Amino acid sequence: MTFEIFFQTLASGILMGLIYALVAIGLTLIFGVMDIVNFAHGEFLMLGMYSSFWLFSLYALDPLLTLPLTALMLFSFGVLLYRLLIVRIINAPMLSQIFTTFGIMILLRGVAQFLWKPDFRTIENSAVSGSIKLLGLQLGEPQLVAGLGAVLITSAVYFFLNRTRLGAALEATASDKEAARLMGIDSHKMFSLAWGIGAACAGAAGALLATFFPIFPDVGANFILMAFVVVNLGGFGSVTGAFWAGILVGVIQVMGGLLLGPQYKTAVVLVIFLGVLMFRPQGLMGKA
Amino acid sequence: MSLLEVRGVSKRFGGLLANEDVSFTLEAGQIVGLIGPNGAGKTTLFNCIAGFFAPSAGSICLEGREIGGLPPEACARAGVARTFQIARTFTSMSACENVMTAAMLRQRHVPAARALAMQWLAFVGLAHFSEKPSGSMTIGEQRRLAVARALATGPRIVLMDEVMAGLNPSEVREAVDVVLKIREQGIACLIVEHVLEGIMPIADKIVVLDRGCKIAEGTPQAVSNDPAVIDAYLGTE
Amino acid sequence: MSAMNKFWFPAGSLLVALVLPLVVHNVSWLNLAILVLMAAQAGVAWNIVGGYAGQVSLGHAAFYGLGAYTSTLLLLKLGINPWLGVLAAGLLAAALSTAFGWSCFRLKGHYFAMATIAVAELVQIFFNEWDFGGAAVGLSVPMDRTGWLWMNFASKLPYYWLALGLLVLTLGVNWWIERSYLGYYLRAIKDEPDAARSIGIPIARYKQIALCISAFFSAAGGSLYAQKELYIDPNSVLSTALSIKMALVSILGGVGTLFGPVLGALMLTSIEEFTRILFGGTGRGTDTIIYAALIIFVAVFYPLGIVGWWRARKERADWARVAREAS
Repeated sequence: MTFEIFFQTLASGILMGLIYALVAIGLTLIFGVMDIVNFAHGEFLMLGMYSSFWLFSLYALDPLLTLPLTALMLFSFGVLLYRLLIVRIINAPMLSQIFTTFGIMILLRGVAQFLWKPDFRTIENSAVSGSIKLLGLQLGEPQLVAGLGAVLITSAVYFFLNRTRLGAALEATASDKEAARLMGIDSHKMFSLAWGIGAACAGAAGALLATFFPIFPDVGANFILMAFVVVNLGGFGSVTGAFWAGILVGVIQVMGGLLLGPQYKTAVVLVIFLGVLMFRPQGLMGKA
Repeated sequence: MSLLEVRGVSKRFGGLLANEDVSFTLEAGQIVGLIGPNGAGKTTLFNCIAGFFAPSAGSICLEGREIGGLPPEACARAGVARTFQIARTFTSMSACENVMTAAMLRQRHVPAARALAMQWLAFVGLAHFSEKPSGSMTIGEQRRLAVARALATGPRIVLMDEVMAGLNPSEVREAVDVVLKIREQGIACLIVEHVLEGIMPIADKIVVLDRGCKIAEGTPQAVSNDPAVIDAYLGTE
Repeated sequence: MSAMNKFWFPAGSLLVALVLPLVVHNVSWLNLAILVLMAAQAGVAWNIVGGYAGQVSLGHAAFYGLGAYTSTLLLLKLGINPWLGVLAAGLLAAALSTAFGWSCFRLKGHYFAMATIAVAELVQIFFNEWDFGGAAVGLSVPMDRTGWLWMNFASKLPYYWLALGLLVLTLGVNWWIERSYLGYYLRAIKDEPDAARSIGIPIARYKQIALCISAFFSAAGGSLYAQKELYIDPNSVLSTALSIKMALVSILGGVGTLFGPVLGALMLTSIEEFTRILFGGTGRGTDTIIYAALIIFVAVFYPLGIVGWWRARKERADWARVAREAS
């Protein structure tokens, strides 16, 4: 293995990892605020991808241009999902919570398959395509832009959570719902917000991915598993944790693939995941 | 040899020292009250004795046997039963089934466990509620059920965590009666309480904690006149 | 449930099940019945650890598939009789489940569910790459030796009896557990693990016992599947869809109830067939949508499943009646 291949792989791992991070941030936010694991999170990504695809195919609008629109649509969808379904299972037994979001996952995949058929779609010749040479490495332009986009959006979310009043309210609800309520913060609104932002993040990740990744109804499946791992490694509820863990998982995945063969790259991540679950369930960066 | 000997128990959570060098004893058939302002470390100490936490230092001996650091199920088998602040009854079961499950520690045979369970339900005055789904019971009823459940394990000591909280005066009296009946059975009680009118009249001894340390130990009379205790309560209340 | 119902309902169902193949001669209907029986059996096996003990596993296909592969590989490579193969498969799955339980049972709720998904994925990846086990191509069970000795038949009818027999056996074990102290302990662990520990229940040990039994019967079901379909591959016996289905039949019918999974299997298979007939196998996912809507509906409004909901309602009504009569 040459230096070049090593760094090439590392770079691609980091870039993909940034996407994982963006998806995971949404997931960790939802869990942090209301203690619910959203098994349907990958489907927000899938819907984001399809949104970009159709806006591109029907109206020739570039995915990067329509990203804000996609994010906004997914935000609304996330809030809608919360108001219609999730609100009813906040205090339900865990089995119900798991199966409700699981059911939503299957439902969305089924609907996507029904509306848009199981065919694989791609976006060709958008504003970003081809590859560029950066620091001696050959990097795909879409991947590079996607990575940058992910960093930007993550920073925006971080800024929102830590520097705005609304974000502070969200964090307060996450750490102590009752105390927050006593301070006049409406949990219901915070939960809606968490779902909205969570869905928007995943949707934005989808929009970024759509420029180079195939689009099909079950595409969420790969990403939800990675998102779980990232959230767990980074510590449930921690946005910064999700960011760094995302990059780490992306790198581990491609490195594992490089060392053991591409068919094992997911297996490597899963083994690490199980290891962390068993020996450090609070994650690499979480508190015990 | 005392029934329960707590010697120099400390419990640390990271940087926080919840219990610091707490020592006291409990004799067979005694009722000992554990009181103190909020955050004094009473429930932490409880959890150490019942096996939910392992003490960071010190020892806890039951009839001379070290139980500090043993898991909860082992403590239960050794003879330490407990109730929780939230009753935590098994909501998918009826009252009788709740107590039966506890009785099965000593009696695996289901019909025999049921007979035992009915006895303890009668003891706490819930016999007529035996088939009631425990999820439909009132807080007071669930508390009593939790006590019956704890008793069914055939313990030497029952640890009760704020059994009288939120009860009206007549309910407090009923709870006191149950505690006295338990003592008659020869079972010792260690009771964490905020409802002082409930515990002070019946306790043989009171141990007072404040900010993790024991600040007084003695008869209810002595303790209520202790300036350090008055200070601790007035300081926060 | 009154004593009458407790006897007549299962007895009646068993009678129907015994008589069915004598009355129904249509092969595809018979096959459908076998599918219901097998789905029910897999569900009952899951229910032991998922419904009764409350450890929600979303990766149970790992045991099912392990069972299918074990008995099939023993047959293909060592010529071992499938009857022994089923037993070996069950025991192996139970043994391996201890490794899983030891490492994962300390995980709570969602974390445990995620761990099960990860483990099942890993098992699927493993079998996908394992050339000795057929890799992605899968394994075929030969038809050279047939008859009851080799659990291999040309017609569907004997498989019906096998499936029914395995279901009855699994239900029987489940029934015995429910009535014994083990049943009480598992329910306690599910309801309030800390309170269970406080009354002397070593929860890790009993969760493991439930898992071992569950794994055994899941694997047995997988072995039967292999013998019936005569072909297995990672996609058919190790998929996430299968894991979901194993849990789903109990969710629908009633977690922690004896006949819940049976009812759930009946419902689910009916829905699958119904939508397939109505909307055709266009691959458009219509049955999936109905499936999913049903899952959500039940999870949100009837978390106890149909049987569970019915039973809880009855208990409250019974109690209300007793309370009225007493006053």
